[in-house]
Amino acid sequence: MYIIVVGGGKVGYYLAKSLLNDGHEVLVIEKDKRKCDMISAELGGIVQRGDGTDSTVMEEAGMSRADLTVAVTGDDEDNLMICQMAKKKFGVKRTIARINNPKNERIFKLLGIDHTVSVTDLILAQIEREIPAHSLVHLLTLREAGTSFVEAKVPEGSPVAGKLIKDLNIPDDCVIPLIIRKGKGIVPHGETPLVVGDEVVAVTALEHEDVLERVFSGLTITKGQ
Amino acid sequence: MRVIIVGCGRLGAHLARRLDREGNEVTVIDRNAESFARLGSEFHGRMVFGTGIDEDILRRAGIESADAFIAVTNGDNTNAMASEIARLVFNVPRVVARLYDPVREDTFHTLGLMETVCPTIMGSDKIHELITGNGASPSS
Repeated sequence: MYIIVVGGGKVGYYLAKSLLNDGHEVLVIEKDKRKCDMISAELGGIVQRGDGTDSTVMEEAGMSRADLTVAVTGDDEDNLMICQMAKKKFGVKRTIARINNPKNERIFKLLGIDHTVSVTDLILAQIEREIPAHSLVHLLTLREAGTSFVEAKVPEGSPVAGKLIKDLNIPDDCVIPLIIRKGKGIVPHGETPLVVGDEVVAVTALEHEDVLERVFSGLTITKGQ
Repeated sequence: MRVIIVGCGRLGAHLARRLDREGNEVTVIDRNAESFARLGSEFHGRMVFGTGIDEDILRRAGIESADAFIAVTNGDNTNAMASEIARLVFNVPRVVARLYDPVREDTFHTLGLMETVCPTIMGSDKIHELITGNGASPSS
């Protein structure tokens, strides 16, 4: 595949390196001369110096024959422009954009950018996993379907410990298909009680995540009432 | 009319003062607080500090009830993105973006999401007209 990577910072550099190793034809577009020099010293003549949002530069890079364009500059507006120009002006089929503001994911989707990678979201998900203050951990979010898979732990003193699933007061468009208890999966039913240490997996409508979060965290209940 | 202007440079500030004098409700957004000095002491509108491509900042500027949205920062990409957010997320009826790059202007004009103004083409046409006396054949 011919892959154009716009942005030769750390992300762009390591991405290009990995893609080259996988046997792809890669071109990196980067504005900064020092970064260009470093990349060509390390990876060979695969760099084109210039503004990757400039149509002339895109044309010289052979954008119209690219199978994939990946925009990984540090600015969301530049990444959006790169992907839009690649698609609309040069007919590139697939584009991937790095985004910084997680809220921009929706805008990129609306504008037809196939894939976005939000570093902020990735780090946030990791924090949720490491710090128990966030009672819901996102396992998978299907934004278009309006659904997410989340996981909630039942810690010592949790308001749901000892309760039966049917008594949890969770919204109608939310189900609990799996509980992991002592490393073993259980498919629960209404009469299954929750036990301290349980990891509860729930499928929920995105708009009711907060209700679910309130059910599982005593903290939010006190705050909300 | 409720107008939001992103970018308080020479054009943004000039336009803001003018629309304000004409009795419109103007809000100006800029990520450099010092730029607001260009609005002068007569300006009655609001100033919002922040970037025009952030939904939260745009909401704070009252975009949900805006009649017109104008993006005139010195970055084409910022103007294009801010305008797309205004149009697609907030359904602002009139959206205008300044794009310096004629190719970009052409692409975004064709997409039809916003009205575009390209000072490069406008200036070039005007100067051409002045020196050749021929105003009838604008270049593309």
